[in-house]
Amino acid sequence: MAGTGAEMHGDDASRPNAAGLRRDAARERWALLGLASPAFVLVLVAMAIPVAWLFWLSFLADDGSLSLEHYRRLVEQPSYARIFRATFEVSLVTTAICALLGFPLAYVLSQLPVRAANLCMIAVMLPLWTSLLVRTYAWLVLLQRQGLVNKWAIELGLWQEPLKLVHNMTGTLIGMVHIMLPFMVLPVYGSMRAIDRDYLKAAANLGAGPVRAFWLVFVPLSMPGLAAGALIVFILCLGFYVTPAVLGGGTIILVANRIANDIELFFSWGAASALGVVLLVLTLAFLWLASRMLRLDQVLGGGHGR
Amino acid sequence: MARAEPLPITIRQLTKAFGTVHALDHVDLDVRRGEFLTLLGPSGSGKTTLLMILAGFARPDHGSVKFGDAEVVRLPPHKRDVGMVFQNYALFPHMDVAANVAFPLKLRRVPRAERDRRVEQALETVQLGGYGSRRVDQLSGGQRQRVALARAIVFEPRILLMDEPLSALDKQLRERMQIELRGLHERLGITTVYVTHDQREALTMSDRIAVISHGRVMQLDAPRRIYEQPANRFVAEFIGESTFIPVAVRDGAAFLGGRPLQAAQAPPGPGRCVLMVRPERLQLLGPAGEPGMNLIAGRVRDVVYQGDSFLVRVVLADGTEVGARGVASSRAMAAAPAPGAEVTLGLSPADTILLADAEA
Repeated sequence: MAGTGAEMHGDDASRPNAAGLRRDAARERWALLGLASPAFVLVLVAMAIPVAWLFWLSFLADDGSLSLEHYRRLVEQPSYARIFRATFEVSLVTTAICALLGFPLAYVLSQLPVRAANLCMIAVMLPLWTSLLVRTYAWLVLLQRQGLVNKWAIELGLWQEPLKLVHNMTGTLIGMVHIMLPFMVLPVYGSMRAIDRDYLKAAANLGAGPVRAFWLVFVPLSMPGLAAGALIVFILCLGFYVTPAVLGGGTIILVANRIANDIELFFSWGAASALGVVLLVLTLAFLWLASRMLRLDQVLGGGHGR
Repeated sequence: MARAEPLPITIRQLTKAFGTVHALDHVDLDVRRGEFLTLLGPSGSGKTTLLMILAGFARPDHGSVKFGDAEVVRLPPHKRDVGMVFQNYALFPHMDVAANVAFPLKLRRVPRAERDRRVEQALETVQLGGYGSRRVDQLSGGQRQRVALARAIVFEPRILLMDEPLSALDKQLRERMQIELRGLHERLGITTVYVTHDQREALTMSDRIAVISHGRVMQLDAPRRIYEQPANRFVAEFIGESTFIPVAVRDGAAFLGGRPLQAAQAPPGPGRCVLMVRPERLQLLGPAGEPGMNLIAGRVRDVVYQGDSFLVRVVLADGTEVGARGVASSRAMAAAPAPGAEVTLGLSPADTILLADAEA
């Protein structure tokens, strides 16, 4: 080690304590690395190894030999392309609805006094603290033919016959939007709160009325939050399983549902792995594209440079 | 730049209370056409509230604000047509420099070609020609300051408001910008209201200064008069260094240590009176004194070296301590008295300011 070499020669008179100081710096670096090591090990064991294992499995044929059989089937069978398209479509529509609902909600929250906003924020976050399964089945109960929504709507005269709100795309989207909304509201709210009120004052001073100040200054400055929220929601949607399975009633088959089928019905780990790998690659490709367009560091930071 | 005639501002009975505290207490103030007026006061004095009301960001409880002949007190900020430089500049981070400066012109639907020309002209006015395509976060503090200024003047407002615009800059840059802002004001001739808590800045830049405390205008005057002839003890204490020596008043004349004081003005009214003494106005004299000067005797406590000057701290007969400042030339330093020496201090009658003792 360099430190020992310097020590053996003793500290040069013109560089007192150089070796000792260098050693202290190195020790500090290792100590910091040590703090990160539990997380590092966890990621390795829970993420990297299983993903690598899946990757390996996807290249094994059912008889155990190396082959591209599973990928060939993905390309050749049109049902797979349909599933991928459906997955991206559902994710895109869910993200769009979340943005349309979440942006105004976050705006209202950001204009409230901090205490009131925090209370409302808890209400927004509350669903996140209950089980995904419970929430999904709750929607099933609410939306079914004899459910509360149909009953009340008929009593109020909104429609005459019970509508088919569940076991289809409508139910799936309602459930997914509800579950995803907090992931949209949080970053948008964060970036709106970070907008200095002086920007809006400046806009007004320079001649912008409230509406123009909102569109020309407030909305562009909250874009990083919206982009972050959209990215998070979209990517989470790509892997959604429970909600489409329960509220789609078997009619909405997304990649995750197909993976589960492949394993539960056909015990085909290879086919399921291949699907997983393709979904992972597509997601990463999407992230890469988004990072090219959006300066990802800013998006994930949720704020904006000043 | 050919400009519209600048507007005077007339403020009458302007009052704004936060709970029981009066941020502004029946303020009357006239800002003359084209003048550079500074609102100077400690934090919480109401100077910023006044500026915010002028800009339209705060609503007074009552009172009148006129730009020229037009009452504006109920006009929303975007219809006031005043330029404003914010303390933190408030440059839009999602726009480049040119877009920031062009923003008010776009809102006024100025055609593209003229807009570009005026943006470049405004940037040249603040010595940032060619910086249009820079991002805001690529600029230094001083450059941001200039962009904010360009944005505030590009639409040729007839009134310019500035809210401590230099407070974020370091001392050297701040002093340079003071001179530049002053020069810019002379070129543009725009009615300017400037808020600061920095008295030196106010003295350097202003045509007139309004010293504000507890929501009231304590004195409105030219810088030199504010400094040399403060109207009351608050102004005297707030501006510059000063010591107050109690004096006796008999038959309309003031006496210090039994000797009558010659003053520029007669002592104010009955009641107790103080003599305001500023260190740089006191002169160290020989034991004989000097004819025509008010003489004050004392004993030197110590001499403090301060780089550009030195301060001789002198204890008077009644125990009051005053300072006399000298320019620290080698000759003056060599002649400085030793601690313990008896000295005579001279104060010229023009610098002899008598004030009512507010703390009595």
